[in-house]
Amino acid sequence: MSQTQPKEKIDPPMPAITPGERNRTLLAEVKERSGTNFSRCYQCRACGNGCPFVQAMDYPPNVVLRMLQYGLDREVMECKTIWICAGCHTCSSQCPMAIDIAGVMGTLRLLAVERGVAIAKPNILDFHEEVLRSVERYGRAHKLGIMWRYKLQTRRWFSDMDTGLKMLAKRKLELRPSRVKAIKEIEDLFKCYWREGK
Amino acid sequence: MSAQQHLDFSYFPGCSMATTAAESNASMMKAARILGLNLIELEDWNCCGSSSAQTLCENLALGMAARNLSLAPAGRPLVAMCPRCLHYLRHAQACLRKDPEIHRELEERWARPIPLDLEIIHFLEVLVRYGLDRLKSNVKRSLKGLRFVPYYGCTVFRPPDLERDKYFQGEMEHVLTVLGAESVVGAYTHRCCGSFLSATDPELVAPLVNEIVDSSVMAKAHCLVTACAMCQLNLEIRCSSQVKLPIFHFSEILALALGAEDYEDWFVRHLVDPRPLLQELALVA
Repeated sequence: MSQTQPKEKIDPPMPAITPGERNRTLLAEVKERSGTNFSRCYQCRACGNGCPFVQAMDYPPNVVLRMLQYGLDREVMECKTIWICAGCHTCSSQCPMAIDIAGVMGTLRLLAVERGVAIAKPNILDFHEEVLRSVERYGRAHKLGIMWRYKLQTRRWFSDMDTGLKMLAKRKLELRPSRVKAIKEIEDLFKCYWREGK
Repeated sequence: MSAQQHLDFSYFPGCSMATTAAESNASMMKAARILGLNLIELEDWNCCGSSSAQTLCENLALGMAARNLSLAPAGRPLVAMCPRCLHYLRHAQACLRKDPEIHRELEERWARPIPLDLEIIHFLEVLVRYGLDRLKSNVKRSLKGLRFVPYYGCTVFRPPDLERDKYFQGEMEHVLTVLGAESVVGAYTHRCCGSFLSATDPELVAPLVNEIVDSSVMAKAHCLVTACAMCQLNLEIRCSSQVKLPIFHFSEILALALGAEDYEDWFVRHLVDPRPLLQELALVA
């Protein structure tokens, strides 16, 4: 990737910590839920260097793994990195120790939602919630409705307006949603954690 | 299409193919019909769950994908074109194999079997497995002169929990060079297109998309051919480079080579009009 600019802030200053004083509960839970043992990470940074989105992250993926090992649970739960991660698995496929880092990020997102922590990229959470509301209603995603409600939620009316209009003009956004007939089966699926909590 | 034996497959379109990428769906159906591949849409399918369910609720994500599996009749493979749908359907099947209790519970809930040995494959796999001979005997327009970048995006072969499944590396080149086109090397063929970040953080995605398109321009390609409907959309709507290349769905180029005549309906839906390029190469009138 010789064309990319040198990245600033690849290693932000870390707070002083005393690892022995922490109980690292998040670490154990992440390992169990993700089924991924990242003890063999030796901080080679292949994941951070290959990640297409690392510029927008507050910590590169390898640092998130290290923070988990140091017991910086709150900092991990509230970081942007886990939300910027789009799950493209570039890191996982480049890791010389075959650690599924993207899988760990996925588990961290689930845990952040379940624990109700402050989400560092609330607009991304809003977007996913709008997608699910649409799927709950119709059984399928209705993109025009999702974008409309997402704009309503985030109040970013005029950002990106021209793209939406171009898509409408090309009839890429259907006005009417396509629906599942057995909608009761879909409703039953939504009797779930996301809708009803623990 | 007379002597050709017809082969039946179940087909899961997914939300993108059914709406924003309707041109990909139409051209794939056309190509399949010409090749004698009978894609039978799953009756009353639902959204595969997508990254949104996967992000917010594991059980919901599993249930959404599993319901689709419960709709697939036994005895014929289930085909998907969208790589993410394919991934989530396969992932759900893998989860159900590991967890017989949930498998039984879902089967009872819907009173339908969820076959764990159901084969779930990408349309590319169908072509390579059953279609190569059929391709040669059905070419109507040679793609000679068309220099393309095979853009796979991230999902077709990346997910590690599916690493035992078939890789599709090289298959688009395989098929399109049989049809006369020329594959170009040196561009970013597997770089992630930005996925849902294109909707939430477009300013982050635009430079990445530009890098992908610019790398194709530098490799002297005429166009990019994608295996994924979301990639196709993101590469079109987020490219702000001066030189924009047409972004084709793989199925469009395929159907064109097989002699489809309804291409106008697909190409008017593109944000970067591919018709001048195709006219220049005398592929369309």
